[in-house]
Amino acid sequence: MRDGDAAAKLDQAEVGRIFRAESGRSVATLIRVFGDIDLAEDAVQEAFAVALRTWPGDGLPPNPGGWITTTARNRALDHLRRESRGRELLSEVAVLSPGNDDPGMPEEVGTVQDDRLRLIFTCCHPALSTEAQVALTLRLLGGLSTTQVASSFLVAEATMARRLVRAKRKIKAARIPYRVPAAHELPDRLRPVLAVVYLVYNAGLSGPAEPGLCSEAIRLARILATLMPDEPEVAGLLALLLLTESRRASRTRPDGSLVLLGEQDRTQWDRALIQEGQAIVRRCLRRNQPGAYQVQAAINAVHADAATVEQTDWSQIVALYGHLLAVAPTPVVALNRAIAIGEVQGPAAALALVEELDLDNYHPFHATRADLLWRLGRHSEAAAAYQRAATMAPTGAERDFLRLGGRASR
Amino acid sequence: MTKYLLSVHSVEGEVRDPMTDEEMQQSFKQLGILEEEMKSAGAWVFSGRLHEPDTATVVRMSGGEVVTTDGPFAESKEHLGGFYIIQAADLDAALAWASKVTAAIKVPIEVRPFAETKA
Repeated sequence: MRDGDAAAKLDQAEVGRIFRAESGRSVATLIRVFGDIDLAEDAVQEAFAVALRTWPGDGLPPNPGGWITTTARNRALDHLRRESRGRELLSEVAVLSPGNDDPGMPEEVGTVQDDRLRLIFTCCHPALSTEAQVALTLRLLGGLSTTQVASSFLVAEATMARRLVRAKRKIKAARIPYRVPAAHELPDRLRPVLAVVYLVYNAGLSGPAEPGLCSEAIRLARILATLMPDEPEVAGLLALLLLTESRRASRTRPDGSLVLLGEQDRTQWDRALIQEGQAIVRRCLRRNQPGAYQVQAAINAVHADAATVEQTDWSQIVALYGHLLAVAPTPVVALNRAIAIGEVQGPAAALALVEELDLDNYHPFHATRADLLWRLGRHSEAAAAYQRAATMAPTGAERDFLRLGGRASR
Repeated sequence: MTKYLLSVHSVEGEVRDPMTDEEMQQSFKQLGILEEEMKSAGAWVFSGRLHEPDTATVVRMSGGEVVTTDGPFAESKEHLGGFYIIQAADLDAALAWASKVTAAIKVPIEVRPFAETKA
């Protein structure tokens, strides 16, 4: 709660920030009550317009989330009363939602948190494409505008708008359910949910087209971890994101160029995020139900422990990559394991492993080869490999880095 | 309840491990059991298997007259081989039936909702 003075300072940007943080909850609740995504979205959007008008003058309501839900719900009811189709829907709503869920109830009550969980499982249903899953999650749960979602993935706004419309139409027509899957379905259904959150984070990390994607992913991961405290991989994902985030500021120079892990200023790493991430990793270890996100988090936790790159416990990291390879046997994991082995046994051992991998279309493969060749004194081969990596890398910091032979700072 | 079409698409000339007679019988038996299961669950609406696409005939309007030609309609390599029409509470329930069908006959099943608004 705020006093009058504080309320007077509430500007539109602040209203926008609060609104975005709270809107996912309201959209989720309204979708449950009315069974209609578009109606819920539009109503919450209208509530936002009201908030922009009234909050700066009147001050923040005591419970902004409840205010948004109630205001949006009333707007949705107004719409429904005006339309004849709406009146039909309204009678259905009354039948479907007895008691607390009565849409006429002014107070926000009921299973609000579960609504967001239901919504993320709907957004990330395997019947939708990954692109649609990501877009819906950011739009409906993250409260991003279509413009923001489009710029996050470097897609034209019209393309993104069509993608969202099509996905919502499919949810409605095919009746993609709005519920948390049963326990026996959960492992299969949780996988795309976690993948979407991880993808959102990485989109923020590699192409900061839309600022705030990384924090949005962490926010979503925190919600999931709160709502599903017994899922070890949910905790693992949150820890992985927190530990990666702790280094984000040190990952690029002011000019945007990339700084390798070994060359980062470790005093700049965010200790609070590291401590939080490491505490989760320790709880995961005690639980002993390892999965890919947990092991990756553990690897990052080991890096975070080392005050200097020389102090890194590489043999521990090699062992963890061994575990990761067992749960996620992909060539990319094998590549990272080879890099860690290079730190323990030297570049020749690593190169022997790397040369066996079929990753010709993966630019970090060429960058890794280049680095190992350089360390073995095979400079002309290294230069050719860097060139190869640079032509394949996406634009941005990473590509510039590779163009400079990956040695800008050495 | 929503109605869904579960369609079985066969690809002409696709090289698949041919089923042995025994596997074929096993598959038919499974389908029979599955159909009974659909019926007792109240999910089954209709189902059928189609003859080869070269048995098809097409009629179309041309210059105000109906013209009949030898089919099939689409010159594609993929053809509808058979289908189920089921009713289910939501997509997850429909996908659960489709999963059982594909497990029995080992070919992909397309699940598509009917456009009717209210049954």
